[in-house]
This record gives sequence, C-alpha cells and structure tokens, in this order.
Amino acid sequence: MVKIDAKIPEGPMAQKWENYKANQKLVNPANKRKLDIIVVGTGLAGASAAASFGEMGFNVKVFTIQDSPRRAHSIAAQGGINAAKNYPNDGDSVYRLFYDTVKGGDYRAREANVHRLAEVSNSIIDQCVAQGVPFAREYGGLLDNRSFGGAQVSRTFYAKGQTGQQLLLGAYQALMRQVNAGSVKLYTRNEMVEIVMVDGKARGIISRNLVTGKLERHFGHAVVLATGGYGNTFFLSTNAMGSNGSAAWKAYKKGAMFANPCFAQIHPTCIPVHGEFQSKLTLMSESLRNDGRIWVPKKKEDAEAIRAGKLKPTEIAEEDRDYYLERRYPAFGNLVPRDVASRAAKERCDAGYGVGNTGLAVYLDFKSSIDRLGSDAIKARYGNLFQMYEKIVDDNPYETPMMIYPAIHYTMGGIWVDYELQTSVPGLFSAGEANFSDHGANRLGASALMQGLADGYFVLPYTIQNYLADDIATPRMTTEEKEFEEAEKAAKGHFEKLISIKGNRSVDSIHKELGLVMWDFVGMARNKEGLQEAIEKIQAIKKEFWSNVRIPGSEEDMNIELEKAARLADFIEIGDLMARDALHREESCGGHFREEFQTEEGEALRQDDKFAYSGCWEFKGDDQEPELHKEELKFEVVKLVQRNYK
Amino acid sequence: MENSINIKLKVWRQAGPKAKGRFETYELSNISTDSSFLEMFDILNEQLINKGEEPVAFDHDCREGICGMCSLYINGRPHGPDDDVTTCQLHMRKFKDGQTITIEPWRSAGFPVIKDLIVDRTAFDQIIASGGYVSVNTGGIPDANAIPIPKPDADEAMDAASCIGCGACVAACKNGSAMLFVSAKVSQMALLPQGRVEATRRAKNMVAKMDELGFGNCTNTGACEVECPKGISLANIARLNREFLKASLQD
Ligand SMILES: Cc1cc2nc3c(=O)[nH]c(=O)nc-3n(C[C@H](O)[C@H](O)[C@H](O)COP(=O)(O)OP(=O)(O)OC[C@H]3O[C@@H](n4cnc5c(N)ncnc54)[C@H](O)[C@@H]3O)c2cc1C
Ligand code: SF4
Ligand code: FES
Repeated sequence: MVKIDAKIPEGPMAQKWENYKANQKLVNPANKRKLDIIVVGTGLAGASAAASFGEMGFNVKVFTIQDSPRRAHSIAAQGGINAAKNYPNDGDSVYRLFYDTVKGGDYRAREANVHRLAEVSNSIIDQCVAQGVPFAREYGGLLDNRSFGGAQVSRTFYAKGQTGQQLLLGAYQALMRQVNAGSVKLYTRNEMVEIVMVDGKARGIISRNLVTGKLERHFGHAVVLATGGYGNTFFLSTNAMGSNGSAAWKAYKKGAMFANPCFAQIHPTCIPVHGEFQSKLTLMSESLRNDGRIWVPKKKEDAEAIRAGKLKPTEIAEEDRDYYLERRYPAFGNLVPRDVASRAAKERCDAGYGVGNTGLAVYLDFKSSIDRLGSDAIKARYGNLFQMYEKIVDDNPYETPMMIYPAIHYTMGGIWVDYELQTSVPGLFSAGEANFSDHGANRLGASALMQGLADGYFVLPYTIQNYLADDIATPRMTTEEKEFEEAEKAAKGHFEKLISIKGNRSVDSIHKELGLVMWDFVGMARNKEGLQEAIEKIQAIKKEFWSNVRIPGSEEDMNIELEKAARLADFIEIGDLMARDALHREESCGGHFREEFQTEEGEALRQDDKFAYSGCWEFKGDDQEPELHKEELKFEVVKLVQRNYK
Repeated sequence: MENSINIKLKVWRQAGPKAKGRFETYELSNISTDSSFLEMFDILNEQLINKGEEPVAFDHDCREGICGMCSLYINGRPHGPDDDVTTCQLHMRKFKDGQTITIEPWRSAGFPVIKDLIVDRTAFDQIIASGGYVSVNTGGIPDANAIPIPKPDADEAMDAASCIGCGACVAACKNGSAMLFVSAKVSQMALLPQGRVEATRRAKNMVAKMDELGFGNCTNTGACEVECPKGISLANIARLNREFLKASLQD
C-alpha cells in the first residue's frame, strides 16, 4: 500500500520554499563526485536538470531517444514563456502568476508547488538571457512582453515564434558544456526501457541502444524521468512523432503512482485532418484568435455544398454565417479559453455544420480584420503562420478563411510527485510534462516551458540533494548485480515477445485504431456510457495488438517498427487508465468535460465537495484493476469559484 | 479538390554502417497531392510491412520544420525541390504524375550512414561541445534587463540562432564543410554582450573541432545558403572569419 505524503513544507505559502531550502540537507563537493545521477530525457526539463547537476559536481548520465539532445519535443514550442517580472509595470506579481495558474488549472493543482513555480519564474528569464537566448526586445534594448490566454497582464517572454527552440538550445548548450567538461556523459539514440530497483529504491535503468538494438545497464544513486507527455496516445496530436509515455509507464509499473491521467488539453486552433494517411497535426498559434473570427454556415445545405466542393466560403453571405462563439459568449467571443472554444467547434461539426472535405473543420476568418487594419498589419502579426498554413494546405488565408479544428496538445496528468518532485518510488524523480505537478486540470499558455525549466534549473538541484545526502556512503554498484541482470532479462523477454507475434497488422494501423477510440470517447466531451465502451474497445485493441502485430526485422539491430511497437503497447494501457480516471471523475473541470456535469448553458460544472483531489492510481498487477488513492487538495490561499466567460 | 498521382521511387537501402548500399525501386499509386513527403514514405512503409519486408529507415520527429531531425537528398537537393522548407514540410503537390523521385541519405564524410537514409550527425554536437555556449552556471545571475541590447543586434542574433542543425549545408557543399552551421552559432553569440566575452576563443575552438572531425574547407561556393531551410546567411561566415582572424592574431 502506498501512502500519499506530498511533503509540503511548513509556514505561510510565500515562505514555504525559503523554509524548505533553509532546512534541507546538502551534499558537500567531495561527496558529490561520488554520486551518480541518471537523467532520462533532454527536453527543457531534462537538459536543464542534467546541466545543473553537472555544474554542481555530480556524475551525470543523460539519455535521449533522438540523435541529439537538441531535438527533444520542447524545440517545437512556439508562443512563449511566462514569468512574473512585471517589466511592463502592469500590476503583475508572484502572487498573481500563482493565482492565475491555480485558477486556470480549475482548482485541481497543489498550491504549494504552484507558488514555488511562480517564485522561481523570474530567475529562469535571467538564466536564459545570460546563456545568450535571443529574446525579443524593444527599441530601448530591454525585453519585450506579450499577453497570452488566461491572464490580464503581459508576462510572456518570447523569441519570434520559436521560443521553445531558443530555450532548449540554451539548455542544450549548457549541457554540452558539461559534456565537454566530463561531468555529463551523453547517450543519444538510447531509450530507457526498464527501471532497476534495489532494496525498494530506484538504482538504475536498462536502456536499449537504438542503433545496435543492444540492451545496456546503467547505475545511478538516483534517477530522474523528464520524458515528456503522453498526448500521442491519440495517435494524431501536435506532439512530435517520437513523444511517448513509456518511461512514465515503466515507472508506474514499478510502483510510482500515476496522477490525473484523464487531464489532457485539447487545443482549438490546429490544421484539420486531411486524410487517412495523416501522421500528425500542426498547431496554429492561439494568438490568431485575437484577429480571426470563427464561423460555420448557418444552413446545413451550405455546409453540405462546401464539403462537396460546390461552394466556396467566400460565396456565403454575411447573414448566412454563424459566428457561434460570438453568439454563445458575447463577452469573450472568439477569445474564450481553449477548452470552451474546442467543445463549441465539435458541437457545430457534430450537428452537421462542419466544413472542409471531411466536415471536421470550422473557419477562422481574417476578412474583417484585413478590411479594418489592412493586410500589411495582419502580415506583420501573423505572416509566418500564414505562410506555414499555405505550405501545408495550399490555400491563401489572406483571401479565403483558414480552416481549423481542435487537436490533442498537452497532458496535465502524469507521474505523481511530492513537493520535492520525488515519485512514490524512493530515488525516482520526475520533471517537466512527465510529472503531474503544477497545472491541475488545465494548463495556461506559456506555462509548460516555465515549469520545465523551473523543475530542471531551480527545483531539482535543491531537492535531489536532500535525498542524496543520505546516500553519500552508498558505493557505486556494479551492474553485474542480480537486480540488473533480472531487469535486463525482463526487458529482453518483452522485446522478444513482441517480435515473435508475427501477425498481420502494422503498428501504425493499430495505433490509429486506438487513436480513434480515444478521440471519440475520451476526447473533448466524455460520458459514462462512452467511457465504459472505450474501456471495452481498448481491451479488444490490446488483444489484437498482442496477437496480430507484425514487426519485420530483428531486435538486435536498428528496428524502428520495434521501437514504435513497444511504445504502442504502453499507449494502449495508458489509454485504458485515462478512460478509467475519466469515468471515475464525475465532474467537469478544465480539460475534462463530462457531459453529465454541465450548466444549462453547457459550461463545465465542478463538484468541489467530492472531487477536490488529485486522483492517484497505483498499479496492482497486469490483470488487476488499478487502485485509486486521493491526494486531497487544501486551498489555503485561493478561493474556489466557478469560471464564467459569458 | 483532391488530386492524386502515381510515382516511382528510387530509394537508397543500406543495412548498416559497413554494409554495401544499393538503390531499390518502388512504385506507389494514388498518392494524394495534399499529403506530405514523409506521409508518402509512411504509405510506402505500410506497404512494405504488409509484404513482410523491412520498412525504409529515415529520421524525422517534429514534422513541422523545427527539430532538424529529417534529412534526405531528394532528386539531388537536400530537403527536396521546394525552397525554405525542410523535408517534413515538403508536399507531394511539388511532384508530377509519373515522376521518378530519387532519395538518398546526406552524403558527407562528417555524416556516416547508419542505416538506409539515416546518418550520424553527432559531429554537430561535438562542435557545440567545443565552445558553442556562454560559460555560465545555473544561478547567481544578474537581472535579465541589467544589460540593454540594441534591438537590431538582438534580431540579428535571433536570425542566426534559428539554425536547426539539420546538416543540409554540409550535404550541399562539395567540400563537405560545416562553416554555415558553425558560423551561425559563432555569430549569434558574438552579437550579444553575454557571448561577446568569449567570442574569439569560441570561434577558434569550434573551427578546430570542425577540422578535426573531417569536415572540409569553405571555398565560398554559397551552395549551403541556397539549400539552408532556415535562410541562414553567408554573412555569418564572414563574421566567423573576422573572429577567427582576431584569434590568430592573438596567438
Ligand atoms: C506545438 C506545440 C507548441 C507548444 N507551445 C508552447 C508554448 O508556447 N509555451 C509553453 O509553455 N508550452 C508550449 N508547449 C508545451 C511544451 O512544449 C512542452 O510541454 C514541454 O516542452 C515539454 O518539455 P519536457 O522537457 O517535459 O519534455 P520533452 O521536450 O517532450 O522531452 C522529452 C525527452 O525525453 C526523451 N525520452 C522520452 N522517452 C524516453 C525514453 N524512454 N528513454 C530515453 N529518453 C526518452 C526524449 O528523447 C526527449 O529528449 C507546446 C507544445 C506543442 C506540442
Ligand atoms: S545552417 Fe541551415 S542547413 Fe546548416 S544546419 Fe543550420 S539550418 Fe541546417
Ligand atoms: S521532422 Fe523536424 S524538422 Fe523535419
């Protein structure tokens, strides 16, 4: 039985982190050299943590599945990173960033973690500037800010539309500096496939060298998982093709609890699916909603004619258009939060008003803004996005409305961690999107980058010492020990089993099937019957996978189908847990919308008396139902209220 | 709306780093012109798997032109026939019905083939490790606004920093030089006061590493700039040369 102890420090909210740091244990320099830390993942969270540990004097081993740490999925983030600097003097503060994040998360995050995040946010910007990150500046030479959803202040720092890229390159370069110094050893194209446990503690990993197919054993006094989110359970998402949930899932099977798996974020402005061979979805920045108006035809005949290619959107008269967000939410209009905008698009398309050749798209129209401001102004604001759209869709958004549709984008749920970012397995830590910590049921724009770097630069370098201080007398283990041998054997057995199925279906074909079930039943709008059906369907997919998948080639070679198959095996189980979690949570909050729990106007209805907790799932065995534990959320500072965007 | 084409592919297949490679020919029909080049490859691989053959190995990840993972030499051009895009952003509407498309890995001494179309670009990481950073540790840093930076400098640094490390510049160069890649990083850092401090040392170390790893010399052919999907400019190479000259004068 796991006991949930979030280890929140004593004291008033604003002093908890200071109190923690004042009282934690430290490791002296001579002892740091004797301690090994394994970091899995080189996104913002992993690269920043590994570089910092190396600078501090620990021996670090860092792993990534890509050919270079610089290619982690974080590279793709566009919009920006939040911090409470208050440079524009518009009333921002640590408290306000904390408050906005708790509220934006629909009151399902742990206050103490969020407060610390807001506290360290400013240091992140300082750090990145010192590394040479070329943030946007004003003519006076100081840093520029922009505003983002869910905030009334401008607190978002950005580097063109490539903020994630520039922040990651900063962290990557810091990491490579440590590689050069010899404190960090880098393993690329190398995938963690198992966690090694010794006497109840995480003491290493088994990894697969993706070039040779060989399994390797690695010892560490502590292990950090910074392996990103599991959005690709849906097959189609805005995540990179290689993003996966497997490391988190291995941790779950070794006793780490998985928290709030059903909290997934759907982004309303993505380029719609064009056909059956679509491989991923491209995000169009949220900022477009500032100047674009969203609509579908008022008449079903018009929508049908458009789908059949007989009518163009520009031929539809103004009075025959339904600007449904402006109609339903006159106060916020096209700028309602992500979840509200997404559900409204789905509602119109399900009702038969969708456009595009699939009927699963709505228009985002810039005509009135172009008429009002001129196309040069629109080009200055969104030129690069319009160009990207045109390259993909071959349509000119200056002349004809863009088509958009919601897509899975981010997972708030993840490995449960306490205040120290330690999982329920001693010695196993988790950072970045892989953990569940700071965003509750919904993440605000520009806050994931902030969290990843906060965890890696400014939280783990402290908290991991508190753990390792008790380990200074623990000698390095040789990887000949039986625990390593057994873990390697288990991993080997898993891959051999996959290869030996020799069925008739490709990995992707089964993954697509899973994705459709997830999208239809565990997507934007969920209900009890649908979720129960999803659980059954996922079981059937699991059976199909384990009896009918076909993986050409051998396991002792570079084998991309085998890599994908191993990840899909885990996605199927993650999908199952997402559905179970969604079924148990009989309320609507943030990214989790249960149709049974809505107001008359169709707004999400939380059930604070019953569900003001994080749902933490414990693995009980392959054929057993997982067990739910609850981390009750106590709100000492923020008052719970219903969101309203009318 | 929907158009489709039939195409013939000549694809480089190579079982491993030491194996002998060869071209294989495949025919694909009914490829939607709306699909991306890599989605066309997904279709090919699905067909190969269904026939029990090994799919073609190729690198890719973000599929939106930012991670730098995708590569491919398509009909003799790195990243294919469209301008200013990576292979993953290339669409089939750029090809004609009945066309033969030849696909090879990057070919360069600095990037040995691992399998089929996948090459080893870790040399780029080694070059960065030799000096492509500002030598600061985490923490103890002055306020971000302590040093104002003229906007034109910051913007120019950003343009140089947008290199995605794909290696097309090396693949396009008859000498196999990595100068465009190296100069982009050297320029970004030299333009910012934070990076200025170590500018000459950085240039010297990175160029030395590049030479050591077997990349060729730059003879100013300009092929790299033409094929770079991110528009990294040759002006960066001129800046690198200036830094490098300073470094040799100091020696
Ligand atoms: C299109 C897009 C735009 C976004 N824009 C923004 C934005 O503007 N602002 C914002 O705040 N957030 C944004 N986000 C969200 C944000 O980018 C991510 O949440 C964040 O970058 C995740 O960082 P990470 O370090 O946790 O993980 P990742 O960057 O996903 O890195 C995961 C790492 O783990 C490695 N890995 C995974 N599994 C294994 C394994 N088994 N073994 C070894 N290595 C493994 C991978 O190789 C990789 O190095 C965006 C997301 C998307 C998809
Ligand atoms: S300079 Fe251009 S071509 Fe060369 S690695 Fe960078 S982005 Fe690729
Ligand atoms: S796959 Fe990322 S740039 Fe092409």
